[in-house]
This record gives sequence, structure tokens and C-alpha cells, in this order.
Amino acid sequence: MQRTDISNPTYFHKVVDCQWACPAHTPVPEYIRLIAQGRYSDAYMINWTSNVFPGILGRTCDRPCEPACRRGRVEENNGAAPEPVAICRLKRVAADMKDDVRLRMPALSPKNGKRVACIGAGPASLTVARDLAPLGYDVTVFDGEAKAGGFIRTQIPRFRLPESVIDEETGYILDLGVTFKSGQRIDSMNALLAENYDAVFVGCGAPRGRDLDLPGRKAAAANIHIGIDWLASVSFGHITTIGRRVIVLGGGNTAMDCCRSSRRLGGDEVKVIVRSGFEEMKASPWEKEDAMHEGIPIINYHVPKAFVLEGGKLIGMTFEIVKAVFDDQGQRTLVPTGAPDALIECDDVLLAVGQENSFPWIERDCGIEFDKWGLPMLGKATHQSTIAHVFFGGDAAFGPKNIITAVAHGHEAAVSIDRLLHGEDIQQRPDPMTNLMSQKMGIHEWSYDNDTSNDLRFKVPWAKAEMALASIKIEVELGFDVATAFKEAHRCLNCDVQTVFTDTACIECDACVDICPMDCITFTANADEAELRQHLQAPANNHQQALYVSGELKTGRIMAKDEDVCLHCGLCAERCPTGAWDMQKFLLNTTQAGAACRNGAQVKTLEEVVA
Amino acid sequence: MTYISKPRLHHPTLTANKVGYTRRDYEGRISTLCAGCGHDSISAAIIQACWELDIEPHRVAKLSGIGCSSKTPDYFLGASHGFNTVHGRMPSALTGANLANRDLLYLGVSGDGDSASIGLGQFANAMRRGVRMAYIVENNGVYGLTKGQFSATADRGSKSKKGVINSDSPIDLVGIALQLGATYVARSFSGDKEQLVPLIKGAMEHGGAAFIDIISPCVTFNNHAGSTKSYDYVREHNEAVNRIDFIASRNEITTMYAPGELVDVQQHDGSMLRLRKLRADYDATDRYSAMSYMQAHQARGEIVTGLLYVDPLATDLHTSLNTSAHALNAMGVAQLCPGSSALEKVNASLR
Ligand SMILES: Cc1cc2nc3c(=O)[nH]c(=O)nc-3n(C[C@H](O)[C@H](O)[C@H](O)COP(=O)(O)OP(=O)(O)OC[C@H]3O[C@@H](n4cnc5c(N)ncnc54)[C@H](O)[C@@H]3O)c2cc1C
Ligand SMILES: Cc1ncc(C[n+]2csc(CCOP(=O)(O)OP(=O)(O)O)c2C)c(N)n1
Ligand code: SF4
Ligand code: SF4
Ligand code: SF4
Ligand SMILES: [Mg+2]
Repeated sequence: MQRTDISNPTYFHKVVDCQWACPAHTPVPEYIRLIAQGRYSDAYMINWTSNVFPGILGRTCDRPCEPACRRGRVEENNGAAPEPVAICRLKRVAADMKDDVRLRMPALSPKNGKRVACIGAGPASLTVARDLAPLGYDVTVFDGEAKAGGFIRTQIPRFRLPESVIDEETGYILDLGVTFKSGQRIDSMNALLAENYDAVFVGCGAPRGRDLDLPGRKAAAANIHIGIDWLASVSFGHITTIGRRVIVLGGGNTAMDCCRSSRRLGGDEVKVIVRSGFEEMKASPWEKEDAMHEGIPIINYHVPKAFVLEGGKLIGMTFEIVKAVFDDQGQRTLVPTGAPDALIECDDVLLAVGQENSFPWIERDCGIEFDKWGLPMLGKATHQSTIAHVFFGGDAAFGPKNIITAVAHGHEAAVSIDRLLHGEDIQQRPDPMTNLMSQKMGIHEWSYDNDTSNDLRFKVPWAKAEMALASIKIEVELGFDVATAFKEAHRCLNCDVQTVFTDTACIECDACVDICPMDCITFTANADEAELRQHLQAPANNHQQALYVSGELKTGRIMAKDEDVCLHCGLCAERCPTGAWDMQKFLLNTTQAGAACRNGAQVKTLEEVVA
Repeated sequence: MTYISKPRLHHPTLTANKVGYTRRDYEGRISTLCAGCGHDSISAAIIQACWELDIEPHRVAKLSGIGCSSKTPDYFLGASHGFNTVHGRMPSALTGANLANRDLLYLGVSGDGDSASIGLGQFANAMRRGVRMAYIVENNGVYGLTKGQFSATADRGSKSKKGVINSDSPIDLVGIALQLGATYVARSFSGDKEQLVPLIKGAMEHGGAAFIDIISPCVTFNNHAGSTKSYDYVREHNEAVNRIDFIASRNEITTMYAPGELVDVQQHDGSMLRLRKLRADYDATDRYSAMSYMQAHQARGEIVTGLLYVDPLATDLHTSLNTSAHALNAMGVAQLCPGSSALEKVNASLR
């Protein structure tokens, strides 16, 4: 293999599994260390810079970082079931325990004369506003609703996310001199374009819930509700009750919120029913657990056939019972088992079978082109539409995803807008800011806590079930207390503190090989990667993780380190007599809108740019 | 010294051996030796060897003297019996333990100072008596623990860290072991585990006195230019006469070699030592030619390593003394203390 090029920023970034997996690339271990030190406000601001909504995300994030977390891999075959660090809930700790952070918010630059319109006040638009307003842009956010937050406010039930948290975190952004035009739905893109904004960002979400056209749908309409509309009505207090027996159709997070909300509004026999298997459901494992914990059964392999009425009133639904059959290619089909159809009785049905984008207010002749799925044609990295100064992000861009993806889109779109309005090529994306610094404090002292914790993941305490089910407004999860947060923070392996190897200093004494608890390091004859991976101290079978390979050493061998399950315990560096190994902290911040994302060209007028 | 203990977490693919232990189960406490000390690699090799041999840790007794090398039994086989004895006196303590309990596997760990300086007489007599044990000297040419004075194995002309040239002739422990009747004699290098691990395995399973001289650089006091026990010097002058594979039983033998390249040596317990010759003229089963080969090559400045001599039919002290077949702790009081009439009889037979 070739000698590893550690100066490439993606090399060490990939080692920090959580940060790599986070769409906004939040420097996770950096803030987890601050939580362990009790520096909650500092931890909060690191999050705020990257993901804009730490208090909201600390309760609701889809947490792609957690399945990626190294802790889950290193606990494998080491006793109890492996579990990642509770990254998301630690984020909440930072938000819950911080001091007043208002003074830490960015200072506002003088206005630069550029006007930006954001359609929708969801996380995507608010991120654009947060990034651009402090730079001097005149940002106006429009939303048809009375308050900012988008689906965060209208869809996510209060028992998962108290309204005060939404108010606080949307407030930080609107306070940056952003003009918020609430209750103002944009009806015409052409009309908006005529207002000559320098840039337009469309963050209107994916607002339409799918319907299910089955026999009886029309006749039973009074007791059949589209999930996301129903949740919004619950959120606004327009709906406060539901029938005693409820069927929720669908297996995503809307379904989970519908069933748990129903339990709180009078439904005491609530069932979730899905067409395919339990494992294939879109909802995260913890969402399913939460629902089942509240006494909601999840019934799988039931394909809905008809709504059943009696005397003009909905009394239940029939389902065909199927099983999964796999062909040679591993392709799955659902085939009837032959068992008689099941009738499941109910008073109300909630449909949570998917969401669609819809842009009724964008005239198809305005210059914005859409693809065959009805989604705007966009630059993947730039988020630019077929009109140069119109950008899309969040659920409106590539279909429904989640909050953290919407935030990541917002950052990228803000960079595009900032570069565009400074006359720079937006295809060219700024490199991230990186820094690599030794953590050595003494012969065996490091500026991070290298003693690996043996604790298993701590559970977040919950409100008592009777209490939690009594009202839709009572938050179910209570969050970690200080002591538990401290211990959970210690489970983090500090994957950003990298093992850095200097070929020329190595005397090949084997000390690092002998001490490494995870058998990461091998001195061996060089070979191609596939062969090398099988001839190491322990097989390196996770191809997502790189082999760190040195140049040729004195004996003609190379050093090969499998990054996969390294604990970042620093023992290799402690046992190295020559300092060939060192523990160096790799900090990566994505470059956001502002001077750092630009090449430094003069501001051009929109006419010049478009021309 | 490292302040934290080695994390308990291990690689997910780590496997258990036939007696149910992983390699990590054979570790001891975290080493307090200098970072990069050769001795730590020897500890790792012992751990690897015992794991591969499926040895139950409670069947091993590790004994040592005084020195950095003699401290190492604290860093491996944490679940085995251990006795850190007096400087240079490990061989007599080990001999006594072995006589009392012949059922254990004895691992003697010593240094060049411990065995060639203060303990030379003890070393020589243990070899001479054929005590069944694996006797390991972690040889760095200095007294590491007392800050690097030349030991009795330091080569003439070797330079100390402070620039002093050693004028005394070295004691060659391998030569003495061969001469005094050790039945398994090897030399190796701490930086070459491929060679070292099978040599330790062969010694652990050997039926008599097994001795391994392991050159083990002292990074702190004897790893400079001018030293003949430094990593660089040993790597440059290492001349291996053979490579051995340790094969627990005959039916595991799979690889085929051209005749003449290989010598299979069956040990008393049925295990096999398969020697892959690197020097065609070297015969590891002939004590006298081994001795003369060693001397000739040593004189040319080569460090001859490998399995230098093995007597597959070796016997041990218990055989020559015709002792009881059972360990003393397995006998009853009546057997151990047969009473005054038995004493009378013994005395009478000697009058
Ligand atoms: C029930 C449910 C639960 C969810 N739970 C989670 C969760 O726990 N975690 C998670 O990460 N994600 C969750 N999501 C997904 C998440 O809410 C969305 O992915 C995210 O909010 C998308 O953000 P956005 O900025 O693209 O738009 P949205 O949040 O959808 O906001 C769009 C806003 O634009 C406004 N708008 C639309 N059209 C116009 C117009 N023409 N003029 C003016 N305003 C307009 C809308 O009123 C709305 O306020 C959930 C979704 C649903 C449906
Ligand atoms: C009776 C006695 N004399 C002297 C000493 C001092 N002493 C301690 S260790 C040592 C030498 C150890 O050298 P070696 O066996 O080569 O071990 P190393 O530290 O080099 O591994 C000496 C002389 C002692 N502890 N006891
Ligand atoms: S252990 Fe810590 S740094 Fe490593 S992936 Fe998990 S949360 Fe991130
Ligand atoms: S930091 Fe070094 S010793 Fe610790 S697990 Fe990683 S490679 Fe091994
Ligand atoms: S002084 Fe020498 S022998 Fe002793 S621990 Fe340090 S390096 Fe090893
Ligand atoms: Mg010594």
C-alpha cells in the first residue's frame, strides 16, 4: 500500500465516526469533553455553531451519529450488548444546563445592502437566516404559520419537545435582525421574484401527507385522518380527543408520533399496523421501543384492504396477511399467506403512509425546472435551482428527511448565496478548517482523559407512565442529571484525538504492538490492501475504516494500523520510547458563509452575476 | 510508567483457546518498565506462547530474581503462581518448588546480571542438575534496574552510554548451558516474535532443563551506537540457524518441505519441534558440534540465534533422584510424615 496521506482532511475526519456521520459535521467529541468538564455553555455553542438547534436536536434528532459511533463497535463481543455513546442526549444536557448564552450570539455586521428571502420558517430556512443575517444580509423569512419552527413546531408532539425549547432556539435566530413575516403564505413565485430579492431560499418542506384510496375511504371520512394534518391540529389544540380504539397505518416517525399522541388523547387501544416486517419500518429502533413501552402493539405483515362500515360508521379495517419471500437476488416480495383476511376493529384510523412534496405556489413557467418526481432540479452541493439566485433546501430539496439534514442544507445554501452575491463560482466549495495539535502534557499525561470507561450506556430517566400518558404536554424523557451525564460523557473514546505516526522516529521495538488492547498495530511486509487486511495482528474486516500505513521502516517492513476499533487510549504513544506515536487532536469545522468561504472577490451586483 | 491500566476492552475477533481463555486473559498488570524496553516484548511473547499452548494459568509457577527483567512476571500470567526471590537466587527457589510440586510448569525469569553476575553459580548448578523448567534470561548486557552498569554478559569492547569501553570478557550463558548439560538451549531476540514464540513454547513443553538466552535491548542505558546489545546492532548481526514451528501433535503437520531442509524432533510428551534449517551445516541435535559452531561464529561477531541444541529424550532431576511420582501437596499426612519407626529404619540403613 501507499503511505497514508494524513494531510488530506478526510483521512482523520473519517476516524471521528460521529462527526463524519453527522450531516452538519458537528465536532461531537469536542463538545462531549466540555460536558464532562461541566462547561455546558461552551458545549452548547459548539453545537449551536454546527447544528443551530441543540436543545431541539438533543431531544428529537434522528441521530445518524449513533449507529456510526465507534463505541458500538468496540463493545462488540466484550460482554453486554454493544451500545453507542448517547450522543444525542448529551447534546440535550448541554442545552438544559447551560447559562444564558445570549451574549455569545454573533455580533451583527453593518448591512451589506443585499436582500434574501426565505420561504418557510423551518430548520432549513432558519439556518440560512442564521448564517447570513450576522454578515449584513437583509433576511426576510415568510411562513404561513403564526410562529417559526416549521414541522418542528407543528408536527413533533409536545411530549417529545416542549414548546419553550422551540421558542428559545428559533428566538436566537430571529433576534439576529431577521425580519419574520408570520402568517404570510407565499402564493406566487413569480410575484416573489418580481420583488427583486438578491437571492431566494425555498425551505417550504414536504407538506402533503399521502392518502390511502381503499373501499370505504369516502364513506368513513369523518373517522379517517391524514397523520401530519392531524398532528398539526393536535399541536394547535384544534383536536383534543380521539376514539377509544385507534389504528395507525404506517411505520415511520409520523406513525410513531400519531400512535403515542392518540394514547394521550383518549385512545387506550392503539395499534400500529404495517405492511412489511418490523425490522423494515422506517422509524428508528428507539422510537419503536418508546411506542411499545407505552403499550402500543406493532402488527406487521398486514396489508390494508378496506375500511369497514356499519350503519354508516367506521367499525374497523380488513387486512390481508402476507409473508416476505426472497428470490435469488435477495429481492423481497410480499405474498399472501392464504390465511383469511383479518378484521381489526377501531373507531378512528390515522394514515401515516408517507409524505409528498408539493409546490402549488410555484408557477411551472417561472424558470424553475422540476424532475419527474416533482422535485426541483438542483445542484447537489450548491442547492442551486435552474434560476441562478433561487436555492432549495430541507425537505423541499430532495424529499422528506429530517431536521439535521435540513440544517446541513441550510449551511450549504448559505455558502452558495454568499459566494454568488460576491461574484464567486459557487461550484467551488470551501475546504473545511482543520487543525491537528499534540495533546502531550507530560511523559504520561495528556490533555484529554485517556482512561477508557467500562460503563455501559446509561438510560435516560422517564416520567412515570401514568403521568406521561395523562397529558400530551408532559415531556416523557427527563434528560440526564449532572452525575449521569458525566459518566456517559466518559464513555466517549475521544476519536478526534488521533494516533499520529512518524516513520523516521520508529525503532521497531514492538512496544506499541504489545500494549495495544485492541490489536490495532502491526509491523509487517508491505502488500496490497486486501492482503494486508488479512495479515494483521487482528483481521481488519471493516472496510469503512482505513488502514494507516507508514513508509518503509529500517527493517524494510511498514507499520500498518487498523483505525477500526482503536480506543484512542494513547497507550501506544505512552509506551513508545521515541515519540514516534503521538496523540494529536484533529479539529474540523466545516466552513460556513462569511469571509472564510470566499476567495475574496469584490461584491458584484446581481445583474452582473446573472449576465 | 503508565498511570492508567490497560483497557479491558479487546478486539471483537479475539478468540478463546481450548481451555477457554483469550490471549488477554494471560496478561498481568500494566508494565512499569521504560517505554520500549525489550523485556516487555518478551512478556508479550510468553503470553502468546501460553495462550497458544492452551495452558491453564494455575498450572504455571513463574519465579524470578531481581532486576527489570525479574520484575516482568508481574506483567504476564496474572492468574499464575509467582515468587519474586532474592537477587541471583531464583534457580534454587525454583529447584525447591519443583521438587515439592512436580505437577506445575516452571518458568524461571532472570536477567544477565541476575544469572551471569551475582547468580552465576546458581544458574550453573540448575543447568547441571537438569531441573525441568523454562529458564529465560532477558539479556541486555547491563544492570538496567541499577542504572546501566555493565553486566557479566557485556561484550569486550562494547561502549557504555557514558562512553566507557568494557575490557572484561563476556560470560556466554548459552555456552555454559550447553557445556553443563542443559537439554534445550536456544538464543533469540526480543524484537523477533516469529522466532521467539515457538522457542518459548518448545521450552515450556520440554522434559528437562530448557534455557533461552533472549537478547533484549535496554532502551534507556544500552541502546546507543557502540553497544552490542542495541536494537540496531542485534538486527545487523543476527544470524538465525533455523526457524522452529511448535506442533502440539503429529496429525497437525500439514506443510511439506523438501527433504533435508527439515528436522522433526519429537519431545517426551509427543509434541513436535519442526526445525526449518536456515544453515545447512547446522545440526541442532549434536551438542558438541553445536558448541564448536557457536564459538566459531561468535568469534566472527555473529549473534547466532535459533534452537541451538535439543535432546528429545531429556530426563530431569526427579528421574535421576527417583522421587515420588506425586507432588507433595497431593499426598496425605501419613505419607508425608510416616512416623518415628520409619525414621528409625532409614537411620538404621545408614549405620
Ligand atoms: C410527524 C413528524 C415527526 C417528525 N419527527 C422528527 C424528529 O423527531 N426528528 C427529525 O429530525 N425530524 C423529524 N421529522 C422530519 C422533520 O420535521 C423535517 O424533516 C424538517 O422539519 C424539515 O425541515 P424544513 O426546513 O425543510 O421544512 P419544514 O420544517 O417542513 O418547514 C416548512 C415551513 O414552510 C412553511 N411553508 C410551506 N409553504 C409555504 C409557503 N408557500 N409560504 C410560506 N410558508 C410556507 C410551512 O408552514 C412550514 O412552517 C418529523 C416529521 C413529521 C411529519
Ligand atoms: C544482593 C543484591 N545485590 C545487589 C542488588 C542491586 N541490584 C538490583 S538489580 C541488579 C542488577 C540487575 O541486572 P539484570 O539482572 O541484568 O536485570 P536488568 O535490570 O538488566 O533487566 C542489582 C545489581 C540487589 N538488589 N541485591
Ligand atoms: S466514541 Fe465519542 S468520538 Fe468516538 S464515535 Fe462515539 S461519540 Fe464520537
Ligand atoms: S490509541 Fe494506540 S494503544 Fe490505544 S487502541 Fe489505539 S492504537 Fe491501540
Ligand atoms: S532500565 Fe533498561 S532494562 Fe530497565 S526497564 Fe528501562 S529499558 Fe528496560
Ligand atoms: Mg540486564
